Amino acid sequence: MDLILDGIVEAFRLLVTGDPEVADITLLSLKISGSATVISTLIGVSAGTAVALLRFPGKGFVISAINTGMGLPPVVVGLFVTIFIWRSGPLGMLGLLYTPAAMVLAQTVIAVPIITGITLSAIQRLPGKLRLQILALGATRRQMVWTLMKEARLPLLTAVMAGFGGVISEIGASMMVGGNIKGYTRVLTTATVMETGKGNFALAIALGIILLALAFTVNYILTTVQQRNRT
Amino acid sequence: MSRPIMEMRGLLVVRNNMPTLDVPRLEIEEGSIVSIVGPNGAGKSTLLLSLMGLVRPDSGEVLFRGEPVRPDSSAHRHRRKMAMVFQEPLLFSTSVYNNVASGLKLRGMRKDDVRPAVNRSMELLGISRLAKRRAGALSGGEAQRVNLARALAVEPELILMDEPFSSLDAPSREGLIEDIERIIRGRKITALFATHDRGEAIRLSDRVLVMNAGRIVQSGTPREVTMYPADEFVASFMGTETILTGTVTGSDGGGFTAAVNGMAVEGVGQAEPGAAVTFCLHPENIVLSLERPESSARNMFSGRVARVVPAGLFQKVFVDCGFTLVAYVTNRSIEEMGIREGLAVNASFKATSVHVIKTVRAM
Repeated sequence: MDLILDGIVEAFRLLVTGDPEVADITLLSLKISGSATVISTLIGVSAGTAVALLRFPGKGFVISAINTGMGLPPVVVGLFVTIFIWRSGPLGMLGLLYTPAAMVLAQTVIAVPIITGITLSAIQRLPGKLRLQILALGATRRQMVWTLMKEARLPLLTAVMAGFGGVISEIGASMMVGGNIKGYTRVLTTATVMETGKGNFALAIALGIILLALAFTVNYILTTVQQRNRT
Repeated sequence: MSRPIMEMRGLLVVRNNMPTLDVPRLEIEEGSIVSIVGPNGAGKSTLLLSLMGLVRPDSGEVLFRGEPVRPDSSAHRHRRKMAMVFQEPLLFSTSVYNNVASGLKLRGMRKDDVRPAVNRSMELLGISRLAKRRAGALSGGEAQRVNLARALAVEPELILMDEPFSSLDAPSREGLIEDIERIIRGRKITALFATHDRGEAIRLSDRVLVMNAGRIVQSGTPREVTMYPADEFVASFMGTETILTGTVTGSDGGGFTAAVNGMAVEGVGQAEPGAAVTFCLHPENIVLSLERPESSARNMFSGRVARVVPAGLFQKVFVDCGFTLVAYVTNRSIEEMGIREGLAVNASFKATSVHVIKTVRAM
């Protein structure tokens, strides 16, 4: 029992005093997962909208593939990204293995299908005639697509949050392609695993609390926006 | 005559191997109000969408002031001179003001010019007080008013409306129809609206297009399509209850006599003896009486009341006199005459009330 209590007390001390190691790890996590989310949003929202609006042969197959991708195990993503950027792999010459860039790449691969899939269903869920109504109001095609995205803004926000939530809490890929190098590629999840393994429960609990707080913040923002926009 | 504002030439739209729209020729005169009536699936919506360049036709073309409207990336140039209103309001999830402003903003109008235009349009439809309300918090009638204000804010030369009133309750509908008529007549906007309510069509329009199975089966004034339906479909859709078929037994200068179930009916028009003739009788032209009346009506039949069906201020009385005639009788007359099922009555109508729909010559 003391173990847990002592751990929690020590964790709060680390948080309150702003322990530099904890701060660095948190910042790096936010940087890597934030970058991956921004890149994934650009790709995923565009791709999801395009798949939702365009008619093409094999659309059903593509949608199934995206939906499958939403549940990609990070470990599998980590494995394939590692193979690609391994020194003798196809992208080996870029020297990305065990760098933050590799982690951004892997997390992007994880987040893109999530954001694409939610965007796709958000755009498809808008009334079918809305597209005609927007065109009838005199919109160009570009304006029509933009207006549809604005109409779907709440689920699109959900997509972004889900993407961020997915990568900030993922560990398998980050560990494999980042390598958990102190001060360079060590993020909240990889550090938590390592510190737990070493028996440093205080630090592990502190990192866990930060992870939880981040998840809560993301959901809180989302809920607030949704409640405010409820009509 | 000035050039029509919109034309369709040889337009054919095929979906699932079935022609959903087949209009060899259609011209819409500027400033007119045209209604399109027909049952569900008749092609009314497809016709309107085609005029907007929102449906890709399989062949033929649509012209706006002589210029082809194509559903491609240039179509918005034409669409910006028109507006379209659907049955569902399809409002954006923002304020009423922003909704009404949306067409103007898409046209890139300056903010300073948008405000007065939006206020004018909201005033016209009596929704100024709703300006700040969110679209999702409106009643059905209010939402449809916002929809119409949004369409009219862009000052269209042509407005297309696809069953704009059909999802509204009766009081909201009445008020809205009155307002719309006043606005489009006052601003001389050309209007086309699809409806399955013939009453709306007759009341609002200068011209009625009756559609069935993708084709325009008759085009004419409301009086023409009700009094002189082109075929049995139009007759029954426009409210003619009695459609009879008989064999012509004799004809003279302007009239004919036909045998319908062995009864002789006299009508006006040309028909050769031996031909099969189909004609219709409007319910308001059939007079019922208890005694044999002294009337100039050429056609008089005694029969029995088979059925009485209430229809608002009137009741529909079905009289079996060898064939079935349907008459409209006021509630008051029903009481005074004691009309009920089984009662013996006389039904009479003039030869001029008989409108011939078609004659098929004997082989």
